Amino acid sequence: MLKILQIALKDLRLAFRDRSALILMLAAPLALTIGLGIVTGRFSGGGNTSGVSDIPVAVLNQDDGQLGSSLVTLLGGSQLGGLLKPITPTTVAEARALVDADKVAAAIIIPPGFSRGILPSGPDGALDAPVTIELRNSPGRPLGASIAQSVVEEFINRVDAIRASEDVTVRRLIGAGLLQPADAEAYAHGIAQRASTTSAVTVRVTSADAKPLAPFDPLAVLAPGMALLFLMYAVTRGAATVLGERTAGTLQRILVSPTSVFQALSGKMLGILFIAVSQLTLLIVGCGLLFQLRWGDPLAVAALIATTALAATGWGALLAAIARTPAQAGSAGTALMLAFGVLGGNFGSNVPLPSALSALGAITPNRWGMNGFEQLAAGGNLTGIGTNLAALCLMAVVTLGIATLVFRRTSTTR
Amino acid sequence: MPDILETHGLVKRYGERSAVSDLSFSIGEGEIFSLLGPNGAGKTTTISMLSTLIAPSGGDATIAGHSIIRDAQAVRRAIGVVPQEIALYDDLTARENLVFWGQMQGLSGSRLRQRIEAVLAQIGLADRAGQRVKTYSGGMKRRVNIGVGLLHEPRLLFMDEPTVGIDPQSRRAILDTVKDLNRQGMTVLYTTHYMEEAAELSHRIGIVDHGRMIALGTLDALTRAHGEGESLRLRVGDDQNGPALAQAIGRLPGAHGAASLDGEVTAMVTSASDILPGVIAAASAAGIRIRNIDIQEPNLEAVFLRLTGRALRD
Repeated sequence: MLKILQIALKDLRLAFRDRSALILMLAAPLALTIGLGIVTGRFSGGGNTSGVSDIPVAVLNQDDGQLGSSLVTLLGGSQLGGLLKPITPTTVAEARALVDADKVAAAIIIPPGFSRGILPSGPDGALDAPVTIELRNSPGRPLGASIAQSVVEEFINRVDAIRASEDVTVRRLIGAGLLQPADAEAYAHGIAQRASTTSAVTVRVTSADAKPLAPFDPLAVLAPGMALLFLMYAVTRGAATVLGERTAGTLQRILVSPTSVFQALSGKMLGILFIAVSQLTLLIVGCGLLFQLRWGDPLAVAALIATTALAATGWGALLAAIARTPAQAGSAGTALMLAFGVLGGNFGSNVPLPSALSALGAITPNRWGMNGFEQLAAGGNLTGIGTNLAALCLMAVVTLGIATLVFRRTSTTR
Repeated sequence: MPDILETHGLVKRYGERSAVSDLSFSIGEGEIFSLLGPNGAGKTTTISMLSTLIAPSGGDATIAGHSIIRDAQAVRRAIGVVPQEIALYDDLTARENLVFWGQMQGLSGSRLRQRIEAVLAQIGLADRAGQRVKTYSGGMKRRVNIGVGLLHEPRLLFMDEPTVGIDPQSRRAILDTVKDLNRQGMTVLYTTHYMEEAAELSHRIGIVDHGRMIALGTLDALTRAHGEGESLRLRVGDDQNGPALAQAIGRLPGAHGAASLDGEVTAMVTSASDILPGVIAAASAAGIRIRNIDIQEPNLEAVFLRLTGRALRD
């Protein structure tokens, strides 16, 4: 075990002395995160233009008034720039089932009497009882659910603001197209009765784990996206060093010392893992500090970093076992890094993928890692990312197992 | 002196091609033994088998009493290897390289530190040990490459063509180091295609060609047995027809063989003074201008020429 550790530490030292590798492992993902953050308006307070689009949401409108229709129009309209892609279930059960099957990021269930709970329904200006919109989110799509919740809450905030003043309210309701001028007088009276009270609408968030969603920050997606993209660079570079050692004769030199093939290769793999964990930790912690991102439970973050790095190391090992030369490993590694980046969603969901390719993303550590970090940024915990951790561990076992078999078959050494 | 290494019919085949065929020899403790042969003769393959890096296709060898097939780990503890190519980490300093390679040999703590200081002094790099290897000259890298092989004070040191591609000064330093190590009691298996190095260093020499041991003995014994007569070396230049002159000389009475390489014709003759007039006449008849003539006492090149009909550098 000591020799395995010594070989791994030597590789870690070499990696952190290679200036060009350092630029690609640490500086490039940070620079890209900052650049994309600027593009998405994160640093200008520009809100939610994240590059994310077509988030599937189920919208069930049970209201027969104008406000329900207005909310539906807003969710599917051009005002949001195609951010959401609503589908319309016919029953509450169907809407919830779509979420539970992870076919949509969230279900927005507008209750009967939604409009009457906010706006007076008759000449007496009376209001119905306060109403509740149910927003059921998918734990597997925390980003999409968070965005859907933000949109609904923003709508309610606008309505509340409009209700705040009788005259102004009516004019704004008319201006906003939410109220017909003919009904203005009657509504104004009712609104005045409740203008000083709290919001007439509440949003009840439900999900499998019933966790509230944190506000969406585009950098919470961009930072792990770039970190995971360049994590694959680090592991494929590590794979190239295995072959590089063979070419340079240092691997043979290790093998003529009292060191077994198992120790030598395990040391190399552990070295790749050390590099991967170091890189991912520096980027995730660094981005957290630089951009004030909150990743939540530190134990969950550490577990996700370790398992993601382990799964990526498995792919690196497989590459090292299959490639014949360092150059081959380098070029194949670059292709793998980009392919995994696209399949794993590291470039954001504005890269449209056919469903088959999208499903293929499940074999990438990028997909599971990204999803895990999104969940943690949205307030998830260790239990919530349990599936991600298990998938990453399974991936590591399979890839490292295959790599070991291939190494055994191809190695000319004993 | 007892044998530290014995090989018994070592064979290495790659498909139909035999890189080493039925190689049997032994090396006594405290000896410098050279394997002399042209490139591709099977020297490096032999070292690779003896150092347990590749498995033999047939035969076996024992080192310090351990079989290279059945007890590879014990063999590895007894040997040190200086490979032909420089096998170091360029981005580590010389000291860091020595620490790592010492760890691979199982050294640690004060023993490791003590051996590193001793080796740095031995290779003359103590004052530059903190610099990265990539900043070193080729000769300095060669010295570190040798130093790595000495860290654990092996009983038997394999040196595979350690002077290839370096300047004469560094080459001299390496040869002196080998002699020093041997004076301190280390046994050395040295491979080379430079006959001068084999002649200067070795207690015994094995001449290999096409994977076979074609002669083995001390320098004196080899030259007595296979190198009778004198060696005639004629410089004709690259623009002259050296092979034609070699053929013509080979037909002269008193010539035992002649070969041409790189504008030079080498001939094994019974008496140089007797054959020279015939050589000059043959050159003149063929229109070949001889620029320089050198007559040498019997040497390893003559032995190789006698045994194979080819110059050593062929």
